[in-house]
This record gives sequence, structure tokens and C-alpha cells, in this order.
Amino acid sequence: MTAVVTAHGLTKHYKNALALDDVSFRIESGRIVGLIGPNGAGKTTALKAILGLTDFQGELNVLGLDPRTQRDRLMEQVCFIADVAVLPRWIRVREAIDFVAHVHPRFNRAKCEAFLARTKLTPNQRVKQMSKGMIVQLHLALVMAIDARLLVLDEPTLGLDILYRKQFYQSLLEDYFDENKTIIVTTHQVEEIEHILTDLMFIRDGKIVLDTDMETVGERFAEVLVGADKAAAARSLKPLDERQVFGKSIFLFDGADRATLESMGEVRRPTVSDLFVATMKGTYA
Amino acid sequence: MKTFYWLVKREFWEHRGGFLWTPLITGAIFLILNIMAVITAEVLGVRHGIQVGGENLQMLIAKADAGDLRHIGDGLDIAMMSAMGLVGVVMGIVVLFYCLGALYDDRRDRSILFWKSLPISNLDTVFSKVVSAVVVAPVIAVVVSIAAGVIQLVIYALVLSLHGVNAWQLIGQAHPLRVIATLVSNIPLYALWAIPSVGWLMFCSAWARSKPFLWAVAVPAVLGLLVSWFGIMGLFRLPTIWFWKNIVQRILLSVFPGSNIAYDDGSLTASADFGDDPLNVLSPLHTYGLLASPNLWIGVVAGAVLLAGAVWFRRVRDDS
Repeated sequence: MTAVVTAHGLTKHYKNALALDDVSFRIESGRIVGLIGPNGAGKTTALKAILGLTDFQGELNVLGLDPRTQRDRLMEQVCFIADVAVLPRWIRVREAIDFVAHVHPRFNRAKCEAFLARTKLTPNQRVKQMSKGMIVQLHLALVMAIDARLLVLDEPTLGLDILYRKQFYQSLLEDYFDENKTIIVTTHQVEEIEHILTDLMFIRDGKIVLDTDMETVGERFAEVLVGADKAAAARSLKPLDERQVFGKSIFLFDGADRATLESMGEVRRPTVSDLFVATMKGTYA
Repeated sequence: MKTFYWLVKREFWEHRGGFLWTPLITGAIFLILNIMAVITAEVLGVRHGIQVGGENLQMLIAKADAGDLRHIGDGLDIAMMSAMGLVGVVMGIVVLFYCLGALYDDRRDRSILFWKSLPISNLDTVFSKVVSAVVVAPVIAVVVSIAAGVIQLVIYALVLSLHGVNAWQLIGQAHPLRVIATLVSNIPLYALWAIPSVGWLMFCSAWARSKPFLWAVAVPAVLGLLVSWFGIMGLFRLPTIWFWKNIVQRILLSVFPGSNIAYDDGSLTASADFGDDPLNVLSPLHTYGLLASPNLWIGVVAGAVLLAGAVWFRRVRDDS
């Protein structure tokens, strides 16, 4: 497999805060990576660095290019949706398509129009007359028609209702994603993208605290529903987290022995959101 | 090249109101004012029993010598160019505010993130905006002015023929083609002359985190006050007014067409063949003397430096 993004010692200071603290990671081709972290953890900074929108220290290689100096070439291969509200408000659907079609060498107009035909958008409609959901439909139609190798999504569904959110990710999976493409996505609605992710990265205070693929998550982490009688035994195994449900305790373990856990109670795979909450405990304290 | 064409087109789409409708409406207002003036004159004439035109005027024209007729022609030429005067001032205002917003508005509404998601270099982006300011806007303004001027001439001709004057003979004294050539010939000069203003305004637009207008005006104004106060120009054996005229005015007001005429240092008197034909003030023979003025070229260089700064800030400002 080829690496789409490799970072070594990525560091970014803002005036008095450290947004990225010596971060290193590697993203392979054909993956859908969820970059998850609390507010202010450095997610957006990391994405901005990948997109060449900000300066940083350290090494970063995106599709063989340096985003700081080769940004214009890089953007032929990389697309991004920053969040739903960044399309210029004055532009019309027709103008947006015309413009992208003529400045982007990898844009497929027919594909874009086919996608828009499934929406209520009309060619003369201006962005300022659209709802947030319609804006994201237009943006997605533009982006999906571009044959890019890397798609970066920063909170793409923020403020959308659940119909639009579901449709957004469904379209991405069905009509866009294939093994030659890579998607990096950040969002707070973890439970909605959990089933589409292939890889998971947790970021906290500018550091990557978890970087793994989803299969490993299932092998490494386990949640056990333990009755009151065995709770003490479970606690002695140093769980990551403990919470109470209906008089029973749910423990979250990292790398504990399966057989031991199964002897204590019902074992299941933790959801990403439970894992996230356990990992980020005390972030805002 | 194709990308560049579409970048300029994008600017036109976004600023259709300023670039196209504003001069059109100004031209229309200019014509309406003219028609109102004609009507007022007619009404006053009827009320006071003054017989305008008719045989008297026809006789006057018949008896007029060549010199008088030439004056009538000059008057008509000036009337035709006055459309450019009005449209030009309005265009200057449009260009000024266009430049201030060009690299700021999309940062404020964050749509810069969309533009930056496309494979377009910052240099091309800034250059397309400069071309919109110094080529697209003036070309439209000149075309509209010419149209308004020609319509105005036709209106005069119609009104005069109602009074029994052979209007075409009168209009034959005007030089509409020369007026058109004169106005068109001034576009390239305007582009060069406006560069330092465009550069400064776009530099502020790319650099300011907020309120680019305030910075663009306040920085030169405060500097000018300091210079005046402490008499700094005295160090260079130059009067204080030099700073206001050659720095402050050049970086703020050169976007107004014709603002270079005020700087006509010496070249006005140097052209001895200036004559009494008013068209000569704006004729290429005269105006292109500007190409020999260091003021123009120093301004172009300063503007280019400021624009380079704008490109650089366009790249590094990440506040969206």
C-alpha cells in the first residue's frame, strides 16, 4: 500500500497555544480515516497543514508533494469541504459548475450534473437562497465530480438535519469512494460515521493518542457488562473506564485477555463514542 | 490562460453590480439630466417668449465664420466627453471599494476556503483581480460613456431640428470619432497610473484582519500628519505638500480616471502645439507624454511591490 499522507514531527504554535505537538502519522491509500478529538485539540490545524493552508514545523508529505510550497499542484489531487457555509453567497449553481469545470483539470461535468439532478437545486439558484443542506449538496456535487486522490472533510455536516447527514455519507460511499481514493474526516457526530471508517485517529491537546484501524479496535478494546459481585475483580484489571447501567457496571478494557473478560460477564465491542469519551476523560477539567 | 479568463469572469460575476450596472445607471442618469435641462430650457424659452433657433439661429450658423463653427464643434465634443467625466468619477469609487474588498471579503465570509480548494495559484488570483480593476472596469465605463455621449449628441440634434436648425450641419462640426479614440486611448494609461493605488488598496485588503478601509486611509493620513507636523520633508529639501501629493494622493486616489492630469508637471506647457482645441488635453499626443514621467513608472514599481506583498499575505493569512 502507498502512503497518501506522511507526517513527521509536525508542530504548530499559535501565539500562546500549542496546536500540534510533534505529531507523526501515516495515512494509506484507499482508507477512510476519522480524525476525532475534542474542541481545540488540533484537528483543524492538522487538516490545514495537510491542505497547505497554514505554516508549520516538521515534515509533511502529501501525495509526494510539500503542501507549503507545491500547493497549486497539490490541489489538483486533493479536495476539501471545510464546512457547509463556505461557498460564496453570490454564486449561482450554474456559475459554480462553469467555474470549477474550467479551472479544474479533473472535473467531470456530467457527473456533477447527474448528482445535482437528484436534488432540488436549479441552475439559476444563488447560494444565498439555499438552506444549509442544499449548500452542502451543491458542494458535494462539485467535489464528487472531481477525480481527486484525497478528500478532506472538516465537519462537513455541521448544522445539517439527520436526513441530509445520512444522505451525505451515503453518497460519499456509494458514488465516490473507491480503493484509489482516501478520505480524512473530522466530526463530532462520531456515531454516524463509525460504520464507514476504516481507520481511527484520536487527537488530544495536539497529540495523537490513538491511531489504529477499525479491526484492531475490535481486537484491542472490549466492553464487559459485569454484575456487582464481580465488579471488584474487574476493577483490579485496570479498566479504562467504568459506568453504571441498571445496577450493573460496564467496564472498558484496553488489551485485556478475552477469556478472563468473558468469565466476568457479557463482552462486546465498544462503540467509538464510548471509546472516545473514555480516552478523553478530563480534557476540559 | 483559460483559467485566467475564468478567474476574471468570476470577478465580473461577483461584481456585476459595480462593474456593469453602476456605469449603466450613471449613464442613464446623465442622459436624464440632459433631457431635463433641455426641457427646462424649452419651457423657459416659451415662457419668456424667447425664440430659440428658428431662422435666427439658422442665419447665425450661416453667417458664422469657420472659427465660430469650430467653437460650436468644441462645445459639442466637451459635452460628449462630460459623460465620461461623470461615469469616470463613479467608476473610480467602484474600483476603490472593489480593491479594498477583493482580498478581504472572501476571508471574512470564509469562502476563501472554497476558492483555495481549487488548483489556482495566489498569483493568478491577485492578478485576475488587478486586471478586473484596471482593465475590465475602465473598458466598460468607457464603452458606456461613449454610448451615453453619442445618444446625447443625437438628442441635441433632434431638439435642434425641431427648431428648424439643420442639426446635422451643426453636429458635423463635432468630432465624435476623435472623442471615442481619445477616450479609448486613455485606458492603457489609466491602467498604469492606477497601479500604485490598486496595489496599496489590495495590499490592505490582503493584510488587514479587519476594517481594510480604515487601514488603507488611516495609515497614509497619519503618516502625512506626522510628516507635516515634524516637517520631515525638509530633510529632503522638499515641501510638505510633496508627500501629500506624491504619496498619499497617489496610493489612494489614482484609481480615479483623469487624476493624472493634476500632476501634469511641465509637460502641459512643454507641448507648445497645445492650441485652443480642448480635445488636445486628452489626446494621445498629449497624454502619452505621461509615459515619459518618472512619477508614472515609480508608481508602477511601487504598485508591483505592494501587489507582491498582497500575494504573499494571500498565502499566509490563515484566519478563516
